Amino acid sequence: MSLLDVRDLTVVFQRRGERPFTAVDKVSFSVEPGQTVGLVGESGCGKSVTSLAIMGLLPRRGNKVTGEVNFDGTDLLKLRPDDLRDRRGRDIGMIFQDPLSSLNPVVPIGIQVAEVLERHRGMDRKAALKEARELLDAVGIPDPNRRLKEYPHQISGGMRQRALIAIALACKPRLLIADEPTTALDVTIQAQILTLLKQLVDETGTALIMITHDLGVVAGLCDTVNVLYGGKVVERAARHELFARPRHPYTHGLLSSVPRLDSPRGERLHAIRGSVADNIPWGEGCAFAPRCDNVVDACLEGTPPLEPTATGGDLRCNNPVSEEVAVP
Amino acid sequence: MSDPITRPTASPQRESVDPSAVEEKREGILPPGLDRLGERKRARLEQLAQATADKGGVSLVRDAFRRLRRNPTAIFGASIVALFILVAIFAPLLAPHDPAQRFDELTKNLTVDNIPGASSEFPLGSDPLGRDFLSRMIHGSRQTLFVGVLATFIGLALGVLVGAIAGAFGGWVDNILMRFTDVMLALPALLLAISLVAMASRSSQWTVIIAVAIVNVPIFARLLRGSMLAQRESDHVLAARALGVKQGSIVLRHMLPNAMTAVIVQATLTLSTAILEAASLSFLGLGDPDINRAEWGLMLGVDGQRYFEVRPELAYYPAVAIIIVALGFTLLGEGMREAIDPKSRR
Repeated sequence: MSLLDVRDLTVVFQRRGERPFTAVDKVSFSVEPGQTVGLVGESGCGKSVTSLAIMGLLPRRGNKVTGEVNFDGTDLLKLRPDDLRDRRGRDIGMIFQDPLSSLNPVVPIGIQVAEVLERHRGMDRKAALKEARELLDAVGIPDPNRRLKEYPHQISGGMRQRALIAIALACKPRLLIADEPTTALDVTIQAQILTLLKQLVDETGTALIMITHDLGVVAGLCDTVNVLYGGKVVERAARHELFARPRHPYTHGLLSSVPRLDSPRGERLHAIRGSVADNIPWGEGCAFAPRCDNVVDACLEGTPPLEPTATGGDLRCNNPVSEEVAVP
Repeated sequence: MSDPITRPTASPQRESVDPSAVEEKREGILPPGLDRLGERKRARLEQLAQATADKGGVSLVRDAFRRLRRNPTAIFGASIVALFILVAIFAPLLAPHDPAQRFDELTKNLTVDNIPGASSEFPLGSDPLGRDFLSRMIHGSRQTLFVGVLATFIGLALGVLVGAIAGAFGGWVDNILMRFTDVMLALPALLLAISLVAMASRSSQWTVIIAVAIVNVPIFARLLRGSMLAQRESDHVLAARALGVKQGSIVLRHMLPNAMTAVIVQATLTLSTAILEAASLSFLGLGDPDINRAEWGLMLGVDGQRYFEVRPELAYYPAVAIIIVALGFTLLGEGMREAIDPKSRR
């Protein structure tokens, strides 16, 4: 059985006096124990909202969340807030994008790590601090004894992200959600953090949901990749399959817009035309149709269904990129 | 955020790791005069390193304190406040006489149109009841400090309570509490204080303290509520929620300490207004009825006003004292605001 099974997750933003906006539209995916699953898409495609909905962190007012989020057999969306709170941090950990603003500026790092241990594992302060020291050591923070007493603004960005990872993994959760964990870091630190994540996930057997817009991150880490567009999954495939033979024109466009070292000099970088603002509502057709190079008449006649492909993935497209066309 | 302030402390620490190595390198290359200069510099660096080594860098508070020390106006204000506090603490030692005692030497010359002036034994002369005016001035500082500080603290405590509840719960709780503070803010502070004192059956110094405290509650409550609401939306509170931290700890550990800075600064500024308000109430005769108690507002209002034609100093000295102390707290408060406000950071 899957560790996490998300079924038809839908999030609608309802603001008084405004038209409801469907940020996440019947998204389904599942995560097996120990597996790394990627959620990929550009800004505003619903990646972060999906993760917040899974964690039950969206404000109750103004958001309507429907569907099912089965974690180990229980539907998280139906849990009482108190029970869900007990699971957050213990069964599911989360890492956020900006490591500086995600740490409490007035509390030393050590106390912040210890807080989770005290909360979920019932440790006293002394034992928790000792464990915190080991955790900081495990995520590769040098001189952990000293760092325990330091405040977030005193340590570097990479170290802050390491501290956040230590906090998220403190209770050995079975699932870790990483929401763009490397976006706020520079490239060398990104690589370090990704290596660390990969190593920790391998060691502890934690399943990982990697939310990112960076295809490089996906290539290095994920087993399965879900490509989101306009709040819907448009393509799902195993990593190698996706990179070798992208079927959806959007995925294809994303991959061909990555600059390559071996491309001929002077060749212009491919870009997907238009922007997310050009989307049409899914009800009227394929949201990507106005930006798509492969658009056909059927694309403007209702939502294309998500259908299984021959290679074991899923695809939501009327006129996919043919399998023979390799990535340029 | 890369904080430029932390950098200067980081580098001396690094250099202190191996001072002998640096020494060896410099010797011989530099002319003797410069060498000594370098030595002095090195000693200073080591000193700095030692000062910061054990404490693990600079916290936000110490950061702000460092900026505060560089601000001359704030230092000026702080000196006034420090002097005032010292006088208040050591009043019994500083005052030459008992402030409540009536001296025969003074009362025998006392008439409606003659109040004895300065003499060698009584440097500021007499008050209208034949007591030593200087001693009363010195003891008055105690009363002023006591009323000002206590009123501010009670106001701060109540305001923080109301503001924290409003900011933590939001929704209708917030709405009700904030409409209530709106009503209080709509009334002029002194008018509100006067009505509150008038409601008490017997006035004492406590009615003054409570009245001034209550007047300041809505200011603190509003301020804290605003920054609590901002904290609620912040990433680190979301992160804490994602870790399953309980609501109580989120409010007390993650929201409140981050929201308090503005309120603490306001408290320093409020000290001066509280002193002024308390003095105003005494001036208007709504304070402590005990005639033996030395209080600047009372001295200014009752004695100073009535005998202004005879001896205007009776009014001048308390007035100037009140102004200087209020100025001291205001300058200190402004300095603190600038030191903590991230926008003025360089």
